[in-house]
Amino acid sequence: MNLHQPNPPHQVAGAVPGEQPETIAPAYQVAPAIVVTNLSKNFGPIQAVRQVSFQVPAGSIFGLLGPNGSGKSTTIRMLCGLMRPSSGSGQVLGLDIVTQAEAIKASIGYMSQKFNLYEDLTVVENLYFFGSIYGLRGAALSRRCRELYERMQLEGCEKQRVGTLSGGWKQRVALACAFIHLPRLLVLDEPTAGVDPVSRRLFWNLLEGLAAEGITILLTTHYMDEAERCHVIALMDRGRLHAFGPPARLMAAAGLPTLEDIFIEMAGKGED
Amino acid sequence: MITFQHILSHLQGVITTNGQRLLAIIRKEFIHIRRDPPSLVMVFIMPVLMLLLFGYAVNTDVNHIPLAVYDQDGSQASRSLVASLVNTGYFDLVFQAGSEEEIKSLLDSGRARAGLIIPPGYSRDLKRQATATAQLLVDGSDPLVARTALSMAELVSQAQSRELRLAVLSSQGTALPPGPAIDLRARAWYNPGLESLKFNIPGLIGLIMQNITMMLTAFALVRERERGTLEQLMVTPIRGAELMLGKLIPYIVVAFIDMGLALGIGTLWFKVPIAGSAMLLLALTVLFLVFALGLGIFFSTIARTQLQAMQMTMLFILPSVLLSGFIFPRSSMPRPIQYLGNLLPLTYFLDILRGIMLKGTGINYLWQDVQALAGFGAAVIALAALRFRKRVD
Ligand SMILES: Nc1ncnc2c1ncn2[C@@H]1O[C@H](COP(=O)(O)OP(=O)(O)OP(=O)(O)O)[C@@H](O)[C@H]1O
Ligand SMILES: [Mg+2]
Repeated sequence: MNLHQPNPPHQVAGAVPGEQPETIAPAYQVAPAIVVTNLSKNFGPIQAVRQVSFQVPAGSIFGLLGPNGSGKSTTIRMLCGLMRPSSGSGQVLGLDIVTQAEAIKASIGYMSQKFNLYEDLTVVENLYFFGSIYGLRGAALSRRCRELYERMQLEGCEKQRVGTLSGGWKQRVALACAFIHLPRLLVLDEPTAGVDPVSRRLFWNLLEGLAAEGITILLTTHYMDEAERCHVIALMDRGRLHAFGPPARLMAAAGLPTLEDIFIEMAGKGED
Repeated sequence: MITFQHILSHLQGVITTNGQRLLAIIRKEFIHIRRDPPSLVMVFIMPVLMLLLFGYAVNTDVNHIPLAVYDQDGSQASRSLVASLVNTGYFDLVFQAGSEEEIKSLLDSGRARAGLIIPPGYSRDLKRQATATAQLLVDGSDPLVARTALSMAELVSQAQSRELRLAVLSSQGTALPPGPAIDLRARAWYNPGLESLKFNIPGLIGLIMQNITMMLTAFALVRERERGTLEQLMVTPIRGAELMLGKLIPYIVVAFIDMGLALGIGTLWFKVPIAGSAMLLLALTVLFLVFALGLGIFFSTIARTQLQAMQMTMLFILPSVLLSGFIFPRSSMPRPIQYLGNLLPLTYFLDILRGIMLKGTGINYLWQDVQALAGFGAAVIALAALRFRKRVD
């Protein structure tokens, strides 16, 4: 199995604090899908996210990495309008994450870290429910559902209750529900946790297909093979952005052969 | 900065509803209900079971008081006195005692609750002086039993239309206030059948319906929160009012069926007739159900777990039982307590239930109750919609 993609096809408009943003390749000279500036979030004394800044180019697969509790989900929730930042600002698809949270919600697709569909509803029923919530109806809705069965490889399980599906299928149904209203940005919090390798590869093929159509994908993962398949990654550690850029460049810059080594080195630094 | 503009736009966001989204939520809720047959069965069995259980347990009538008799006279007259006591239906002759000591010990052990001692000269005295004294000993430890025994004995002695004087003593030393006989007699005359059941059933229907329907929706949002689906809903264009109404409307149907069952048990099993208009009763019931369901939803916007939601409903049940006039008449409560009772929608609904079922009251006399219920209903639903935040922090 080769999940590794040696050369990500994307140039990156990245911004590690204090570093000059790089030149953007002509094909992606569009507004970045996500811009975050000095984003912070405190829960009482806990500084879950501290002064994080980055930009995600439209149409790229952006991976947020970091140990448990490093602030990935908190960052994501601020971007989706689920949490207000304690300080700092951000734009998602050009919309402000504080003042235009509702507009953001209508235009992105989201999969939370916890499985988020109605297990006692069938696949069709879940799709129809979320479709109607996003304003699809009638023939357009059923057409869209049929497209999604095919695209997300769900054929044959339409009438099955989601609770009885296996992990890989469940995640594809969740992706289908998040994608039902054709959002330009998908935000996926650990979409492949607890999913077998074959289903993970299938899931990633779907994601890459979506990215190729210009849809931006922000995801978190603990799998290094998935991290290497991302076009851009951000390494987070105890709320701070530790490194940002395409995986290959991060490895080259650190002089380490794998992302895992960078990860371990980062964890080691934290000890002292 | 939170400006007035912000608040306005928030309010607007909460209140506007989109018919399509509302329908989608209603459909989804109906599927949840359908897919959970055990809960559904519970929902329909509960009012029936509770009404049957409480209908008998909350019965404040006392009958079948075990009576022990020590008849030293053994005459036609003394036997007729015993027979007339037993014929009231409130006494069961369980022992023929052979001595006063035996009567005492039967009362002490609780095997008898009342003891009648007829002295040797009873029939002779009756004939000669037209007055005779028999002694009724009553177990005073349960005031309700004691009072019923006393008032019945009082009635019987009068019904015998003789100058029969009953010297009444309370054994076990307690609980009989001085001179209760007059008061008790008055009560007995006012409601000679002492059919508290007739009065209790409408009250019970109101209380049971409130508690069941409140619990139907108290878990509505908490369950989604616990399962993680609420966070998903928060990242959709859904609005507070849509979610609240969408969760509420399906349960109006369920609760209405429950109400039908409860009324059926009340009228067919307990034989409490509906004196007034059944249609009016059902229509006003919907108003009350909307309130109770709305309150449940409101609780579920506050509770973090299903356990907390459960505790909140329990906490609401207690004042409802005590202050609504369900058991204790509100007119005999101190003023401030009566005002507290005014804050409970159940108070108004009991007024409606008892008014229509027992007295045949029409809408003209119930407007105040209707307005109060409508106000409470609108208030809890608005509160729930306002409390629902599409954020997790
Ligand atoms: N609602 C909250 N209230 C208080 N503390 C919180 C809350 N949400 C997150 N935290 C804390 O913030 C920190 C970051 O949590 P977060 O969930 O963002 O981490 P994560 O990187 O997603 O971890 P994981 O890999 O386990 O999902 C943790 O210390 C967590 O305990
Ligand atoms: Mg997380």
